[in-house]
Amino acid sequence: MDWINAIIQGALIGGLYALFAAGLSLMFGVMRLVNIAHGDLIVLASYLALVVVETLGLSPFVSLAIVVPAMFVLGYALQRGLLNFTLGGDILPPLLVTFGLSIIIQNALLEGFSADDQKLQVGGFETASIQITDQLAIGWFPAAIFLTAVVVIALLELLLYRTALGRAFRATSDDPDTAKLYGVRNQHVFALATGISLAVISIAAVFLAVRTTFDPASGPARLIFAFEAVIIGGLGSLWGTLAGGVVLGVAQAIGAQLNPGWETLAGHVAFLVVLVIRPRGLFPKLAD
Amino acid sequence: MTLLATLGLTAFYGDFQALFGVDLTVAEGEAVAIIGANGAGKSTLLRTISGLLPAPRERILYRGQAIGALPPADIVARGVALVPEGRRLFPSLSVEENLLMGQQCGRKGPWTLDRVYRLFPMLRERRRQPATSLSGGQQQMAAIGRALMTNPELLLCDEISLGLAPVIIRDVYAALPGIRGEGTTLIVVEQDVNRALGIADRVYCLQEGRVTLEGRPSDLTREQIKLAYFGV
Ligand SMILES: Nc1ncnc2c1ncn2[C@@H]1O[C@H](COP(=O)(O)OP(=O)(O)OP(=O)(O)O)[C@@H](O)[C@H]1O
Ligand SMILES: [Mg+2]
Repeated sequence: MDWINAIIQGALIGGLYALFAAGLSLMFGVMRLVNIAHGDLIVLASYLALVVVETLGLSPFVSLAIVVPAMFVLGYALQRGLLNFTLGGDILPPLLVTFGLSIIIQNALLEGFSADDQKLQVGGFETASIQITDQLAIGWFPAAIFLTAVVVIALLELLLYRTALGRAFRATSDDPDTAKLYGVRNQHVFALATGISLAVISIAAVFLAVRTTFDPASGPARLIFAFEAVIIGGLGSLWGTLAGGVVLGVAQAIGAQLNPGWETLAGHVAFLVVLVIRPRGLFPKLAD
Repeated sequence: MTLLATLGLTAFYGDFQALFGVDLTVAEGEAVAIIGANGAGKSTLLRTISGLLPAPRERILYRGQAIGALPPADIVARGVALVPEGRRLFPSLSVEENLLMGQQCGRKGPWTLDRVYRLFPMLRERRRQPATSLSGGQQQMAAIGRALMTNPELLLCDEISLGLAPVIIRDVYAALPGIRGEGTTLIVVEQDVNRALGIADRVYCLQEGRVTLEGRPSDLTREQIKLAYFGV
């Protein structure tokens, strides 16, 4: 029964990886930008929540009302003021610049907060659970994570496929020059994509900060989880990304059950296995 | 009244100069054809007018205002829309979504989805399909429809007959009178000289980035056109 509980937990926690991954693939999808600083921006959002919680005395969940809009604005400004200048030709400049950004964020956090582990507290909610049978229980918190992930991904899906902005995202992704001809302002559209991406990952960042500790160097591991979830799910499909997150979460849970040290390793193994068996991921967008 | 004027327009791709001082004027309501051989600079001229290629500010006047240095989004917002060479529909959008992209610039006017579907009824039947599932002629119609959805005052058409069978070309060209009927001014780039002469009030011939001939089709002789077109 421990096993089943662990696997269910893992699947639910996978929702977080799915949100990290959705942010990453939104930016890659719209402007072909691989954001190496993605994980560090996630950690930055966690620290922002920490500051808000400590200075205003709010619950971490309430802090989302400040953290999410703040990260949206930061994303918009970052894209408009820096990343837009790296786009348009070679794929190397955005890689180098976001790599530099990653180092800057890590060092700034280290200066500001020291290397100590941090964690957000939500009291009993974190461990409370719904008892299904006397041995099977689902934690409220993992359930809330998963539900949030499903809702956010559904909203992203609506945005992409049912709104004029989503149409502009997809058209720009297809052919940025032609999109301009019809009034799309690429610089603005790219900045909105990054803003939305950071808003989405900051939701997951706060949830993850409640569940596990974080420190200034946690970013790269977060980036890898996001990357793996995208590839497992199949590039370009948001629901696939959710599946990718779940696969990753379950693999980590199984690994942790076998040996507490194998949690992360098991996730990487699952990623490699999927990559070998289905190189385009579990739910690839229709072949081009 | 003059709607568009280019004054000694030049254009470059890096070090390569593609236009050498092109003077072009288009009056409101006119249909102007631009003919010329492969590589003459026809597409470059339309791309420069649309803002895709940079131009000196004062070298392009629209309604008397210098628009040369404006980005494409501002130019389409003023009412100049391009139907690009090779159609360039967005492959991951449906036919209808491609048309709706034309509304991105926010201009209002007679052209709505319904009006475009009345002009090209087969697009209505296929509106939920991916744009890539259309035949070449239908794709060309969708590309024209997308540009019309911006409610342009000046419509720039770059080789809308390219790669199409003669009967299909006829269908595509049959839409132009209705478009002019809405008061839209036309610039049509065409390699098919007869097709161009058939619809145009005036013709310009480009050769290696320069205007080699300009006039009304009825005033020009075959020999003049041949000379201007091929330079021999
Ligand atoms: N992206 C580009 N980079 C460099 N040179 C280019 C580019 N596009 C066009 N050219 C060059 O500019 C010149 C004019 O090209 P343009 O496409 O305007 O000709 P065109 O008259 O439209 O020809 P076609 O009838 O083949 O479409 C040609 O010599 C072409 O090789
Ligand atoms: Mg051309």
